[in-house]
Amino acid sequence: AAGMFLRLLSDIQWRAAHPKWRRMTSSQRSTSTTAEPQPVALPAQAQVVICGGGVMGTSVAYHLSKMGWKDIVLLEQGRLAAGTTRFCAGIVSTARPVSIELKMAHYSNKLYQQLEQETGVQTGYMKTGSISLAQTQDRLISLKRIASSLNVMGIPCEIISPKKVLQLHPLINIHDLVGAMYVPEDALVSSANVSLALATAASRNGVQIHERTSVSHVTIQKGYVTGVETDRGRIQCEYFVNCAGQWAYELGHSGEEPVHIPLHACEHFYLLTHPLKEPLSSSLPTVVDPDGRIYIRNWQGGILSGGFEKNPKPLFTEGRNQLEIQNLQEDWDHFGPLLSALLRRMPGLESLQIMQLVNCPESFTPDMRCIMGQSPTARGYFVLAGMNSAGISYGGGAGKYLAEWIVNGYPSENVWPLDLKRFGTLQSSRTFLRHRVMEVMPLMYDLKVPRWDFQTGRQLRTSPLYDRLDAQGARWMEKHGFERVKYFVPPGNDLLDLDHSKTFYKPDWFDIVGSEVKCCKEAVCVIDMSSFTKFEISSTGDQALESLQYLFSNDLDVPVGHVVHTGMLNEKGGYENDCSIARLSKRSFFMISPTDQQVHCWAWLKNHLPDDSNLVLEDVTWKYTALNLIGPRAVDVLSELSYAPMTAEHFPSLFCKEMSVGYANGIRVMSITHTGEPGFVLYIPIEYALHVYNEVMNMGQKYGIRNAGYYALRSLRIEKFFAFWGQDLDAFTTPMECGREFQVKLDKGIQFLGREVLLDQKQNGVYKRFTMFILEDHDTDMDLWPWWGEPIFRNGRYVGKTTSSAYSYTLERHVCLGFVHHFDEKTGEELVVTTDFINQGEYEIDIAGQRFQAKAKLYPFSSLFTQRRRKDEVELSGYQRE
Amino acid sequence: FYLTPSQVNSILKANEYSFKVPEFDGKNVSSVLGFDSNQLPANAPIEDRRSAATCLQTRGMLLGVFDGHAGCACAQAVSERLFYYIAVSLLPHETLLEIENAVESGRALLPILQWHKHPNDYFSKEASKLYFNSLRTYWQELIDLNSGETTDVREALINAFKRLDNDISLEAQVGDPNSFLNYLVLQVAFSGATACVAHVDGVDLHVANTGDSRAMLGVQEEDGSWSAVNLSYDHNAQNEREVERVKMEHPKSEEKSLVKQDRLLGLLMPFRAFGDVKFKWSIELQKRVVESGPDQLNDNEYTKFIPPNYHTPPYLTAEPEVIHHKLRPQDKFLVLATDGLWETMHRQDVARIVGEYLTGVHHQQPIAVGGYKVTLGQMHGLLTERRARISSVFKDQNAATHLIRHAVGNNEFGTVDHERLSKMLSLPEELARMYRDDITIIVVQFNSHVIGAYQNEE
Repeated sequence: AAGMFLRLLSDIQWRAAHPKWRRMTSSQRSTSTTAEPQPVALPAQAQVVICGGGVMGTSVAYHLSKMGWKDIVLLEQGRLAAGTTRFCAGIVSTARPVSIELKMAHYSNKLYQQLEQETGVQTGYMKTGSISLAQTQDRLISLKRIASSLNVMGIPCEIISPKKVLQLHPLINIHDLVGAMYVPEDALVSSANVSLALATAASRNGVQIHERTSVSHVTIQKGYVTGVETDRGRIQCEYFVNCAGQWAYELGHSGEEPVHIPLHACEHFYLLTHPLKEPLSSSLPTVVDPDGRIYIRNWQGGILSGGFEKNPKPLFTEGRNQLEIQNLQEDWDHFGPLLSALLRRMPGLESLQIMQLVNCPESFTPDMRCIMGQSPTARGYFVLAGMNSAGISYGGGAGKYLAEWIVNGYPSENVWPLDLKRFGTLQSSRTFLRHRVMEVMPLMYDLKVPRWDFQTGRQLRTSPLYDRLDAQGARWMEKHGFERVKYFVPPGNDLLDLDHSKTFYKPDWFDIVGSEVKCCKEAVCVIDMSSFTKFEISSTGDQALESLQYLFSNDLDVPVGHVVHTGMLNEKGGYENDCSIARLSKRSFFMISPTDQQVHCWAWLKNHLPDDSNLVLEDVTWKYTALNLIGPRAVDVLSELSYAPMTAEHFPSLFCKEMSVGYANGIRVMSITHTGEPGFVLYIPIEYALHVYNEVMNMGQKYGIRNAGYYALRSLRIEKFFAFWGQDLDAFTTPMECGREFQVKLDKGIQFLGREVLLDQKQNGVYKRFTMFILEDHDTDMDLWPWWGEPIFRNGRYVGKTTSSAYSYTLERHVCLGFVHHFDEKTGEELVVTTDFINQGEYEIDIAGQRFQAKAKLYPFSSLFTQRRRKDEVELSGYQRE
Repeated sequence: FYLTPSQVNSILKANEYSFKVPEFDGKNVSSVLGFDSNQLPANAPIEDRRSAATCLQTRGMLLGVFDGHAGCACAQAVSERLFYYIAVSLLPHETLLEIENAVESGRALLPILQWHKHPNDYFSKEASKLYFNSLRTYWQELIDLNSGETTDVREALINAFKRLDNDISLEAQVGDPNSFLNYLVLQVAFSGATACVAHVDGVDLHVANTGDSRAMLGVQEEDGSWSAVNLSYDHNAQNEREVERVKMEHPKSEEKSLVKQDRLLGLLMPFRAFGDVKFKWSIELQKRVVESGPDQLNDNEYTKFIPPNYHTPPYLTAEPEVIHHKLRPQDKFLVLATDGLWETMHRQDVARIVGEYLTGVHHQQPIAVGGYKVTLGQMHGLLTERRARISSVFKDQNAATHLIRHAVGNNEFGTVDHERLSKMLSLPEELARMYRDDITIIVVQFNSHVIGAYQNEE
């Protein structure tokens, strides 16, 4: 929340019972004239200190106190709900494309609905419903996709015709609409009052609330939060929650050890009008017109309308400026295009009189998703901020998940998409954030088709081969700041606008990727996989092995030179990470994890490894370029370049050897591919990268070598039923649930993390099952393509959602991967999912409301393996075999 | 083949220059907000010059455009020297003494002018010593002549113009031991230049003009429309008074040969100019100087050629006409431009285009609804209009550039036609001069608040 009243140094302790609270909300600026009660001294210590009295801070306080924690202090530098929360448009909308965000919004809606009854504070809650308009067919498809996910969650929602739109809202001009989505239970609230209601309830539960108290910094010792310094003294605490909204970034950087919270504010404008001649009903639905970039809600008989313009105005890049936030100007010229869109949508409003154009800064994040969770470097330091202007929709749910996180160690849902640890220091550059949020804000209402990429903040981390690959037609995407090749546009194939084509149907790279896949299967391809996270763990004695044996479910006490695929599981047996670990020597290990694990995995290991100076963990991601040689001829290329026999007898699968490639010595070669095809990954010290690449390409010529990108890799791994962490696997999925029992060594003699849960699942079965679906009646050329998040129906009943999908060039069919649950038909209770249950169902996948028949499989097609495999490859190829 | 819009822009913007009068403590006490200037060459090299400077020992700002002919040497020399002559003419006796003493004792000189120059506007280093000595001689004479009266701007301007032209003439007659300089001073004297110079000090605007460049005041009428007020008279055959003057200065017998084909002696378009000693010196003097001069001069047919019917020189003078104008709040800007602009555009159009440009830029001042009753529809109309205005000027950050764009690219409807603009700008060097002349423009923007305050004081 924003601070405003610097002149006033006095403080009052905020009490729910205090009769003055109403005045505080109605006259935010006139408080200086009222007599101030004596400030109440801050406590010397508390278990939790929350900074920020907006909807986020109060929601966290509310939920923590509900969960029984009482020793909580909430500090607000100005007044409660006086920052972004005060200005918020108050729309509670559940129509969210990301599943976890949808759940948060759904919970918020239910919470706000009963909040007035619970607290006695009027929240202005009004169930108006919302209508999202589509001006184009593509927009309608994206709405239908959302409607599908809302429906399976039990949230009423329907796709309606333009005529129906007019019935719901008589002011709307429907002549340019192709359809709309109606969510009848969406609501309006007064967001400031919701915060006050949450504060009231929290206060009754014992939370102490202090206004006009600003936190200067948080003290951290030995990686733990020890307290906060405020302008009114110090409070010792165990937990600190940064809910400082647009100031969260700066607050994170104010201490000696910075906590990077990548968010950046942009100005956000909305218009308030006087009432219409015939005042609008307060139950009139909220209208969202994403193609016009605007939203419109009823407001005191008139309207409130704002939007997300194409050319946002970022602000506070240089940091906080107290004067500015008060004096943010209305900018009518800037609002002009949105006003045009409003009058086009509701021409009848021409004669409506303007009351005010409100300029209310909102904070945005680099990937359009909010930020929650614990700092990777400071334990006890939690964050909840960066709401991308959906703070009131997420407030309730986000506060609940964060409270659960603090109390239970992890929330009740998978919140990885929102986890602070998906970011590192690399997303914390002010320039990066400024540029990225200028892209993110308009993106709020842009059409998002499968596999869109951010365009700003690019080319930050690159492989040394970047220019070489780029010159050969590489098209790029970005993961965790790292540029990765999607595919290579062949020479002479002038597809200039390839990157700009937006479609929910068959994309124009289809044939390009097809030929890359073919080459992987029949000859050999090179894929630059340098972005993957690479750690080395070594010790003087057996500490490394002992620690890893505890942290990983597979048996790592293998002979030197072996590579092991294993999950890094939590107490509940869920995947915190999925990695490949090579035993380099008795006492050192080399660990490869997904790109976006760099911060999370590091923090997990740091938190779980014993504090032993003889045990060394090092991030060596930047030291190696990784080249993946995929295909049956990879072995020929490599043996010619190294003069070493590479046949299965000398170099079996899942092995790791240091060898020479060309002139370069000390190349770490592993016989793994991440796709199930035969091949190798070469870990090359970066200075040799260009040399080795050139040698491989030259030598490979006679074997038909070519470059390939990640889209080919995706297609290969999905048709082979390989699960990827972050997409298919998460902290709520165990190896037993995804057919990876073979990677779990329950009897390795160590009570490793998650073992008990896995043992129980082995004995009693699992409640969801990772399944592969082959779409049967889906026309690749004509039908909508699956993406992820599509509902799965078994015998007509919803059983789960897909997690990834790809076209299989081998099967010539689409393949979707996803989890199947077994909900009791009457109670909805989750039952054990058996192999029979999977096999005996008739399946359908719902793509934007259209259902396609699918065949379910628990094991990959063996016929796909055109090459006869070496006998010791059973484990590799049979990732999913039991 | 057409130039792309960005190629067109880079050509148009190559010589643009802007100066904003700095504010002190948030106050701009000057009646000038700043100026934009630009040049578009047609000759290669361009023969136009421009100058702008702030007087440091007296108040006021000097701005001028200079249109050279028969080469750029004279225009270059005038652009470097004239403002010093004007500044010195304006200096009080004590300051002149102080400066002279400083020079005498080898102390650092008080700076007289602060130049506002585009990087392409150069000073000839080789001649600086020579120029300085001439200037010093001038101020020494001023010291000796000490009249004790305060300097009148009009008189100072006239004196400066005449004195400089005289010095140019003398330097050429005397010559210089350095052969390069010797040739240079002859080139300066034998080529010519017109000058149109404005001196702004508070509400007092003086324009001194010699030749056919022009100064024009942009006035905003009460209804918001724009009108043009001329602040100079063209010295050419179209100006009857000027023709009259020339005829008066020469015997009746020459009446017919004085002005032929709208040119002085059938040769020269401007009726007043710096340099051009061929129209000022006696035939004997011309012959003597040319013969004793360097070979390059001797080989030049133009310098050797004596104008026909050349009986009673001088036929040409550098003496300017000075117009004084008291600035009013409605006087928003002053345009100084060489004839390259005025040949293609009417002054009324110039006033309108610059006026709309400047207000368009200013209209970016935010709109505030405040307590007014405004409907969504009214606001929408207002914003649409503002957008249209801004988008027509957004390409140029410089009023002079904007004016050149119109001067070169205007079609019959008075709007910029990119195709035409592109064609005109891609003409080969040897053809360009046939379709257009060098254009040099300075647009001075006035500070209406300060001017209003001056008025109230009076």
